[in-house]
Amino acid sequence: MSKIKMPVEKSHIMMFARSIGDANPKYYEEKDENVIAPPTFIQSSAQFDPDYFLRPKIGGDNWFGSGKEASGMKSSGSGSGGGGAAMGLHAEQHYEYHQPLKVGDVISAEVKPGKSWEKESKRAGKLKFSESVTEYRNQDGELIITATSVGVVTEKPVEN
Amino acid sequence: MLKKNEIKIGDTYSEKIVEDLKRTQIVQYAGASGDYNPLHSDDKFTKEIAGYPGVFAHGMLSMGMTGKMLTNFVGDGTLKKYGVRFTNQVWPGDSLESTATIVDIKEEDGEILAEIAIETKNQDGATVITGSAVAKVS
Repeated sequence: MSKIKMPVEKSHIMMFARSIGDANPKYYEEKDENVIAPPTFIQSSAQFDPDYFLRPKIGGDNWFGSGKEASGMKSSGSGSGGGGAAMGLHAEQHYEYHQPLKVGDVISAEVKPGKSWEKESKRAGKLKFSESVTEYRNQDGELIITATSVGVVTEKPVEN
Repeated sequence: MLKKNEIKIGDTYSEKIVEDLKRTQIVQYAGASGDYNPLHSDDKFTKEIAGYPGVFAHGMLSMGMTGKMLTNFVGDGTLKKYGVRFTNQVWPGDSLESTATIVDIKEEDGEILAEIAIETKNQDGATVITGSAVAKVS
């Protein structure tokens, strides 16, 4: 069962459109029924995932970003200081659009694991890829977007 | 919306999608998308723990900005598919230009569709995104 219940809201669409620098007036319309969402807006469903690992938890004391120290992660003896979590990068993202998102929709998401594979690279050592497929459905169970995401964990930071 | 009698295979459309990317825009994207990975806003963590020269943009910010070029080209609400690979990181100060190229025009289940190749490059000519899209055509 999906834990994500994402209400599609026009103020959220406005903030998202601003953040990608897109001035398309359709993202800033006053009337709900006139608003459309940018093609990558569904990514912000992460806001509505209670367990999303890239958001500090309220009251949590184990966020891996810096505070007094370079990593706030309470080390579990390995001394790695949360660096492992930082080595994950986004390799690919694909969307298939079945129906438009509408303001007022409540979107749920079902995530299915996909393939995983490995590759050697000159710039970052061994690369471990893993894929996940997410089906986003509206309140009536209709499929709205299918998203395929590929993450990569690198052996070392990517050389630039 | 693209019109079938006005397009042909090989047509291209380009847009500058960001000039001198600001750290603040990366923070804006973190706040709107909910992806608060410290790699994108926390210089101390990114340098000392992750081993990168500094914060860099979310891949999804680059995909979002590239999507702006794409919807400006194909029109609102016409996309059937949009996918990318992130081939290089995008850094504060980067200026990006994104190009769409029509690679095929076909009919499928009664719809006319344009298949589009996408590439986004930085100011040094390095490709940061390659991708593809399918859009409805009238």
